[in-house]
Amino acid sequence: MASSRLLWATRAASYLRISVFHRGFSTVLKDLKYADSHEWVKIDGASATVGITDHAQDHLGDVVYVELPEVGAAVAQGSGFGAVESVKATSDIYSPISGKVIEVNEELSKSPGLVNSSPYEDGWIIKVKASDANEVNNLMGADDYSKFCEEEDAKH
Amino acid sequence: MRGGGLWQLGQSISRRLAQADKKAVARRYFASEADLKKTVLYDFHVSNGGKMVPFAGWGMPIQYKDSIMDSTVNCRENGGLFDVSHMCGLSLKGKDCIPFIEKLVIADVAALAPGTGTLSVFTNEKGGAIDDSVITKVKDDHIYLVVNAGCRDKDLAHIEEHMKAFKAKGGDVSWHIHDERSLLALQGPLAAPVLQHLTKEDLSKIYFSDFRIIDINGATCFLTRTGYTGEDGFEISVPSEYALDLAKAILEKSEGKVRLTGLGARDSLRLEAGLCLYGNDMEQHITPVEAGLTWAIGKRRRAEGGFLGAETILKQLEEGPKIRRAGFTSSGPPARSHSEIQNDKGVNIGEVTSGGFSPCLKKNIAMGYVKSGSHKSGTKVKILVRGKAYDGVVTKMPFVPTKYYKPS
Repeated sequence: MASSRLLWATRAASYLRISVFHRGFSTVLKDLKYADSHEWVKIDGASATVGITDHAQDHLGDVVYVELPEVGAAVAQGSGFGAVESVKATSDIYSPISGKVIEVNEELSKSPGLVNSSPYEDGWIIKVKASDANEVNNLMGADDYSKFCEEEDAKH
Repeated sequence: MRGGGLWQLGQSISRRLAQADKKAVARRYFASEADLKKTVLYDFHVSNGGKMVPFAGWGMPIQYKDSIMDSTVNCRENGGLFDVSHMCGLSLKGKDCIPFIEKLVIADVAALAPGTGTLSVFTNEKGGAIDDSVITKVKDDHIYLVVNAGCRDKDLAHIEEHMKAFKAKGGDVSWHIHDERSLLALQGPLAAPVLQHLTKEDLSKIYFSDFRIIDINGATCFLTRTGYTGEDGFEISVPSEYALDLAKAILEKSEGKVRLTGLGARDSLRLEAGLCLYGNDMEQHITPVEAGLTWAIGKRRRAEGGFLGAETILKQLEEGPKIRRAGFTSSGPPARSHSEIQNDKGVNIGEVTSGGFSPCLKKNIAMGYVKSGSHKSGTKVKILVRGKAYDGVVTKMPFVPTKYYKPS
């Protein structure tokens, strides 16, 4: 699977093997599952909450706009459902899980910066009624995701 | 004005990586790494947390530890120090250097007082822009100019070709490319007070667009009171062996208030100031009239012509251009270059050439080209982002008031 999201600047730098400043290790939460495109999902019964990771928001920088889907829209694992705009870059958001959108975080329309300040709590993006609970097996746990991020950064 | 499609570059890299074979892409960029040029401040940027990215063939800092948002705001509140050594400084010398340069640019260089300069445009035979450049008359037989890094090769080839022909006819002109110098831009309200600590020259007597060759921090520098942010400030051409000392001295004298500022904030600042980025907002097929730079065509030049493409440009002045550069503010996600612009009936009227979120105004700003008539402030438009139309309005530029230091 292609790792499909990183701020381009960092990515360009990484492919050039030129030095990039590191802000230290990003926070990763134990009870979440992670996609290699840097979204997280928290399963709570039939409802799955989706957001982007601390690592992702750190690479994006100041988020100024979040494009949200409509409630009722269908999302599929690995497919884009919205976009995050930072001061300069646009980045697609991919759903880590398939299902139907049951709620979107309206707060983000007023305060997109919540994605930076609270990526795992107030900055959640959508809630999905998951259609296939087994899909989480395609995702990484906290330890694997931490390792994945370290490896990506180490390539720089 | 200065540069070369930075954001497009980055975005096309991400897109390509998402689709293409990663290894092939990696190889392509590894191969070019060795070719990337470094300014003498490269290691200084890295040790100060600079995120280095390829830009017009150079490895340059896109940002440092501060976010682009904070960095942009700090430049307007305090000051920013930019390494712009990738840009190409050039001197033209000889008793005929003024008639020579006037063939290639739209400015009335002859009318400039010695020690003053102006923004100008190199035009081609069709009246399109080859590059924009700040051109200074040092004295009657010495012109100093700075051209974009991304345009260096084509600009130098263009100048050289015309110089050969000019000399063959007996004209006296020669050039010197200032590769022995580095270029620092010091911008913002603290620029003058901080720089005053480092020179005996009275900076309060040097106004916007003025040029002096003076001693700064022990080195002979070319000082131009200009910049690319809309703020008061200076561009300092310094012998490269003194560049690091000068950068350190400026930061130290400001007691940390002037901060190293990268290309990311530089792009936000110039967009807020309504200044063109060559390659985005101005290109080979765009004339200075369409780009809203009619003011840069000297009065005498309008009457006499005598520059490349003058016929087209003077005709446009008379009849009015078909398209015009305009500023926009919009709701929804920030417009980016190539976003379609429609009128309020949904008919295509043009395209965004630069756009983003303004860190100082906290709203979306953009510039682009629309059909004449739709360029007037207050005109309602729709801007398409990812297929959805968002409300926008033509807005006067600069978006953030400029603070150039002019005689009162």
